[in-house]
Amino acid sequence: MSTVLHSAPRFVTGAGMMEALATALGAHLVRAQEEHGEILLTVHRDAVEDVLRLLRDEHEFQQLMEIAGVDFPGRAERFEVVYMLLSVTRNTRVMVKVTTDEDHPVPTVTTLWPNAGWLEREVFDMFGVLFDGNTDLRRILTDYGFEGHPFRKDFPLTGYNEMRYSEEDKRVIYEPVELAQDFRSFEFTSPWEGADYVLPGDEKASGPSPVNEVKVTEKRVETGAGDPANVKAAEHVARGSADSTVAGQGNGEPVPEETGIKAPGAPEPTEKRPDRAAREEDDATTPDASDRATDSKGRD
Amino acid sequence: MAGLIQETSPTSGDEVVSNYTINFGPQHPAAHGVLRLVMELDGEIIERIDPHVGLLHRGTEKLIEYKTYLQALPYFDRLDYCSPMCMEHSYVLAVEKLLNLEVPIRAQYLRVMFAELTRIKNHMLNLGSHVMDVGAMTPNLWLFELREDCMNFYERASGARMHAAWFRPGGVHQDVPLKLLTDIGDWLDTRLPELFEDAMSLVVDNRIFKQRNVDIAVVSKEDALRWGFSGPMIRAAGIPWDLRKSQPYDVYDRMEFDVPVGTNSDCYDRFMVRVEEVRQSARIIKQCLRDMPDGPIASNDRKVAPPKRADMKQSMEALIHHFKLYTEGFHVPAGEVYVATESPKGEFGVYLVSDGGNKPYRCKIRPTAFSHLQAMDFMAKGHMLPDATAILGAIDVVFGECDR
Repeated sequence: MSTVLHSAPRFVTGAGMMEALATALGAHLVRAQEEHGEILLTVHRDAVEDVLRLLRDEHEFQQLMEIAGVDFPGRAERFEVVYMLLSVTRNTRVMVKVTTDEDHPVPTVTTLWPNAGWLEREVFDMFGVLFDGNTDLRRILTDYGFEGHPFRKDFPLTGYNEMRYSEEDKRVIYEPVELAQDFRSFEFTSPWEGADYVLPGDEKASGPSPVNEVKVTEKRVETGAGDPANVKAAEHVARGSADSTVAGQGNGEPVPEETGIKAPGAPEPTEKRPDRAAREEDDATTPDASDRATDSKGRD
Repeated sequence: MAGLIQETSPTSGDEVVSNYTINFGPQHPAAHGVLRLVMELDGEIIERIDPHVGLLHRGTEKLIEYKTYLQALPYFDRLDYCSPMCMEHSYVLAVEKLLNLEVPIRAQYLRVMFAELTRIKNHMLNLGSHVMDVGAMTPNLWLFELREDCMNFYERASGARMHAAWFRPGGVHQDVPLKLLTDIGDWLDTRLPELFEDAMSLVVDNRIFKQRNVDIAVVSKEDALRWGFSGPMIRAAGIPWDLRKSQPYDVYDRMEFDVPVGTNSDCYDRFMVRVEEVRQSARIIKQCLRDMPDGPIASNDRKVAPPKRADMKQSMEALIHHFKLYTEGFHVPAGEVYVATESPKGEFGVYLVSDGGNKPYRCKIRPTAFSHLQAMDFMAKGHMLPDATAILGAIDVVFGECDR
């Protein structure tokens, strides 16, 4: 990595530290890398407990700060489980990573650190990763009786059920999610920087270019116009009106014919369809509360 | 000896009293939010505690995956809503670490200053409510007065009293007026020491307060390490571990301050560590006020930090940058980092995975309360039921952050 410009926490990452750890792990290691100033050791899943015990007992990584799950649905082993270790004596950090899927459990590390219990429970709750040997693998953050694993990438952001207090039933009820507005996912890929999808209107771009074909309009079919258009074109055009000043009806323009057909899109006059019943003028008493409530709802 | 009846229990014939289980919370003023503790009691002695968390789970980490890096920032205010800017601090540093982005020195000073102001603000709430949990009323009200002052400073800097969203990747959102800095300086010299020391004089040598806290929930150094303690909890155990000192970020390496540690590792020590931290924070803020240089308050990298409003009136380039930053947002190079800062409650970490896009691929938040609350069971074992509130108060737990 080039020079460090950022001002994030500066812990010790001495030269050769990663190599030393990598040789210590030996055959357990899959890959060791140092990026962005972070040492990341990928190890075999079945060896994770041995690896972490080795790091704790012989390399002074006393504290397990965090276990994070990450989901990559495209991979054969879709889940990553990342252990963040901290050494308070060497003042350094290291990340240890294993991969797994829905079926293969990861060995627990509650035998090494008691606080791994909740951290593993959280990864189980959110991703459905199983931990072999964790005796208390209950859900932790989601609701009692929740189904599914919400932080998986294929779990929708909105979830499946929503909860509300029902006034009729006098209790909390669960219902399928109903959204007033669709969830919007904006596409930010710039078409100039290589979008990997076909832009709307660009569907023909991949075929042979039509530019070199000579375009003729000798025959009727070659004009590209359909029969309705040809019929329309042959129609008699009404004479122009000379004295109108209305826009679109000036000199030379055809007088609009009275066809009797309603022009599309023209709304009905609003007075004819009021959004609420007209108030009864002669009624001196105020309408009762329920009437008013429905009225205001209608307006909104 | 056939014929003799073996007595099964020495108390046979008496009423058999078995352990019983009670619910503490989810709605309880001393639970500091929505915490449900399922307690197994033997008389008034706590045998086992099973904390049920997650009642405030909002799926913040999932929501962040659907937001650009800038849109994700305000979610951090809403994690630990008692120390919002310290939550932002970890996140912006994580983004900057992935970008390898240099932050102007004035912005670093401003961040450190407001992070420390946040620490004071957080401790005002925690110390006050801890005292109230064990039975005293007055100090809490006095400390809330100071917390109110901090929120006013927040408002003058960012426009919001709590959810500031003021730290941004590349710096801070806006510069502060000079009058605000002088006012903070005056406040540190007059109001804070007066009110704070007054309130503490009621508490620290108080007989009842000591009876309720000394020798409660003693945790050894080894246990503190094994359970992943951090912040005042690990310092009270006698381990001088402070990320501001050992892994300095922003301009903490230029600051002179002491790290208070406890000797007895009980609830009283945790309280007193926080009391001293308030004084040290005041010291850091004074140094910031003294040394803060003039200059820009956000990065000049226009691909990350937006241009000034005045530039946008003149420069087409600036206008385009502004538009792109507030619609598409900036792209962060692929990679993964774990950045942890010393929040008032302990190590608050952000594990950020980027796939090179404009939204985080995964943002795992490491709450401080998770490890501490998990240790509740072994800390409270053998203590009396009313000690549970003292232990909870000394943990300093906030559920916005714990449940995320």
